[in-house]
Amino acid sequence: MNRYLIPLVIFIGLVVLFRIGLNYDPRRVPSPLVDKPVPTFSLPDLKNPSGTLGSEDLRGQVTLLNVWASWCVACRVEHPLLMELAKKGNTRIYGLNYKDDREEAIRWLDKFGDPYIQSAFDQNGKVGIDLGVYGVPETFVLDRDGVIRYKFIGPITAQLIQDTLLPLLERLEKPEI
Amino acid sequence: MTRTILYLIMSVVMVSAPYATMAADTPFEFDDPAQEQRYKNLIAEIRCLVCQNQSLEDSHAELAQDLRNEIYNMILDGQDEKEITDFLVYRYGDFVLFRPPFNVKTVLLWLGPFILLITAILIILHLKRKHGTRSPATLNAEEQQRLARLLGQKIKEDQS
Repeated sequence: MNRYLIPLVIFIGLVVLFRIGLNYDPRRVPSPLVDKPVPTFSLPDLKNPSGTLGSEDLRGQVTLLNVWASWCVACRVEHPLLMELAKKGNTRIYGLNYKDDREEAIRWLDKFGDPYIQSAFDQNGKVGIDLGVYGVPETFVLDRDGVIRYKFIGPITAQLIQDTLLPLLERLEKPEI
Repeated sequence: MTRTILYLIMSVVMVSAPYATMAADTPFEFDDPAQEQRYKNLIAEIRCLVCQNQSLEDSHAELAQDLRNEIYNMILDGQDEKEITDFLVYRYGDFVLFRPPFNVKTVLLWLGPFILLITAILIILHLKRKHGTRSPATLNAEEQQRLARLLGQKIKEDQS
């Protein structure tokens, strides 16, 4: 009986480990930028080339920064959710248009709707590199001081908004005691 | 004759095909061979996060091209390997390095296989000691007879 007990226990342990492990997406790389200030940048505004959008503008209030592009299929999937969030009115959403064509990007927003207060035009992707972007869409949550508190890679889901984003945004909105 | 020529052409095409794909990426030029070596070392050691099993050297992904460009400029700027890897790790995390750093978090990753190997060897030694090995000399009389009978049968079978 004892002979079989130890291997059985080890086996069950492995099964549990594997079951948990299978729920993880191996492609998701945790961001080292969490709890670090958003990298300093200043880019032209997407719709208004003479205007700018920079890291300074993201400070002062809790913000959602969404990295998107007109060529990105997954961005279309999450887009309606962003529109909904924007309509509700209590989330500040800024966009970072990543490695896109200005005309195409503006057309995309006209066609599907613009949930962003402003979008920055990161044509060569340099700001994307500073943000550790590797898989568009990516969404950052910034607190009042412009510190990155959360990063999500891939299209956001209703589940994520409900379970993670909204509670986090609420917690960050609370004034420091 | 035509078959040989055909095989020759095919071999040339097959050998050169991989090189043809490299033409798609912009090559970078260095005046200083030391810089060029530094560049080559770095892009082989950095993982492309889009095609995660490829290095920046192998990957054709756009991000890989962008990062190669970034590294190229940083080298021209005079930055050394540590500064460049620090730059990338700050933004993308340790995963971007093919050789993970050896620190508290990765001790298990690095030493794990050796620990398992030593454990396996210890277990085998322990089992061997417990059950021992049995040789014909340790068999009792009855078992020796059985052995002789079985061997006798086997020899007869082999001969027939």
